[in-house]
Amino acid sequence: MAKILVYVEQRDGKTKKASFELVGASAAAGNETHAVLIGDAVTALAAECAHYGATKVHVVQDAQLKYYSNEAYSKALSQAIKTISPDAVLAAHTPIGKDLLPTVAALHDGALATDCTALSFSGGKLTLKRPMYSGKVIADVEFTGTSLAMATVRANSIGLPKPDTSKTADPSQISVDLSGLKTKILEVVKGNSARPDVTEAAIVISGGRSLKSAENFKIIEDAADVIGAAVGASRAAVDAGYRPHRDQVGQTGKVVSPALYIACGISGAIQHLAGMRTSKVIVAINTDPQAPIFQVADYGIVGDLFQVVPALTAEFKKLKE
Amino acid sequence: MNLYVCIKQVPDTETKIKLNADQTGIDPGGIKWIMSPYDEYGVEEALRIKEKNAGSTVTVVSAGPDRVVDSLRTALAMGADNAIHVELPETADSAFAAKALAAALKKEAKVDLVFFGKEAIDDGAAQVPQLVAAHLGIPSVTVVVGIEYAGSTLKCKREIEGGSFEMVEVTAPAVIAGSKGLNDPRYATLPNIMKAKKKEVKALKLADLGVSASDQKIKYKNLQLPPPKQAGKKIDGDAAAQAKALVQALHTEAKVI
Ligand SMILES: Cc1cc2nc3c(=O)[nH]c(=O)nc-3n(C[C@H](O)[C@H](O)[C@H](O)COP(=O)(O)OP(=O)(O)OC[C@H]3O[C@@H](n4cnc5c(N)ncnc54)[C@H](O)[C@@H]3O)c2cc1C
Repeated sequence: MAKILVYVEQRDGKTKKASFELVGASAAAGNETHAVLIGDAVTALAAECAHYGATKVHVVQDAQLKYYSNEAYSKALSQAIKTISPDAVLAAHTPIGKDLLPTVAALHDGALATDCTALSFSGGKLTLKRPMYSGKVIADVEFTGTSLAMATVRANSIGLPKPDTSKTADPSQISVDLSGLKTKILEVVKGNSARPDVTEAAIVISGGRSLKSAENFKIIEDAADVIGAAVGASRAAVDAGYRPHRDQVGQTGKVVSPALYIACGISGAIQHLAGMRTSKVIVAINTDPQAPIFQVADYGIVGDLFQVVPALTAEFKKLKE
Repeated sequence: MNLYVCIKQVPDTETKIKLNADQTGIDPGGIKWIMSPYDEYGVEEALRIKEKNAGSTVTVVSAGPDRVVDSLRTALAMGADNAIHVELPETADSAFAAKALAAALKKEAKVDLVFFGKEAIDDGAAQVPQLVAAHLGIPSVTVVVGIEYAGSTLKCKREIEGGSFEMVEVTAPAVIAGSKGLNDPRYATLPNIMKAKKKEVKALKLADLGVSASDQKIKYKNLQLPPPKQAGKKIDGDAAAQAKALVQALHTEAKVI
């Protein structure tokens, strides 16, 4: 049994499910699992950490932690590490996690592996796998010395355990000195999408150049909204102005690993595959039976997306009824 | 301003990846090497600052085997003034690379801004900018897609999830890691490529920097090419029948909806 610290991320008082995948995995392996929350008013989120299996919950709370900044949050997490003295530190590979953990690793001379897609514990030791070369290679991570082991793990890599809502937490406070911060967060400009982010969603439905216009993406959006999916796009669709760049999946866009990825009218260029090939189940809908996307698809439909996608939406609706 | 850009040389995405014999890395033979695309945003941004601030210099720094000198020359051809090659073994990790780069930067008389790409497309670790910033004791802002300059103060727009952005203010010295949207990197012209070939590239040895293999924290082993996927199931019929069969399969067989 090891002592594991999981940084449980929140923005605007909403926790990230990807953090609880890590709490769950650590707890399931029988580790002493410490969840750390950082923010301006996060004590109320402690119970949720317990529901997913945290043995102990810690909160680092300060008005200056209302918004994420690398400088303030790295001091907060660093203080938590000093207080808890864990054997390993885990965080989700999200925009916060991937920015924060390297800084904290430098402060603790830690050994950090980022963007891992598999994690397990054997004999109290952390075992990790991570993709490299845009997913063309998967490697095992070896920690070479005795430095603090740290890792960030891609969302949806492990899956979420069933929460036990009967569990309660008795959070302890950790205080941190935040005087003399040099970085200022001027503003957080909110995106206007009500849909989940492509990197976090358990289901992503993407469209390509073949959608032919921004308006036609409505059929993808309709399908996505029935099952709570995120909408993604190929670079060709983004370059044509059908979707914003934030939706782009691939080497120069987002890397996603959902439980289900549905590619509609996307050829499957190597740079697109780089962003989605680690998805658990891949569906391809394409008129061209020779399209490379079928080589990575678990289910393939040779057909016209303008007919198949609306039919899918209808079937999703039936399922939800 | 004393502007620095750290660049990494990586295999071109189109390159077919083969593994080395002991599966601890890739076989470097036959690979087409390029400057990691995100680093180009860093080079371009530094050049634009220099063009607006007379007396500024842009120095590009790359850690790696001798081959990386080619990418340094690409940056020189884009317009950088100086180049530094920091010796680093092929299999160095982010921690080792960051120690070496930070040590090289510490040798410089004055460092105002250090640009990076938000990540290198080979190992995709996205660690080195923050590590270098921490070693230098200066702030870092990553995934930057826009910067407004007011003297030595920078208002950075950084992309986060859900199409949202954080507006972050830092004052130089600082580390900035650029991403797509920051600018449109220029191409090097042929005369500049020729000129860049003759420019001097300063070489630094690890021993001179007080950095060694003991700074390496992680190693990769047992590298595997992803197993070829089993042929997927083709679903036939008209659109309605295909949709029905697919949803059935996703629900009862794959259990993902
Ligand atoms: C450095 C670099 C980085 C890149 N980064 C990315 C990236 O991040 N993400 C990315 O996606 N691409 C990226 N690309 C581009 C990539 O190479 C492809 O050009 C792009 O992915 C193609 O997009 P597409 O599949 O939508 O279009 P196309 O390749 O044109 O494919 C359209 C597909 O739609 C099918 N189709 C047409 N009509 C229908 C219909 N009615 N119903 C069903 N199917 C239909 C066609 O058969 C075809 O397979 C990058 C390229 C480079 C060089």
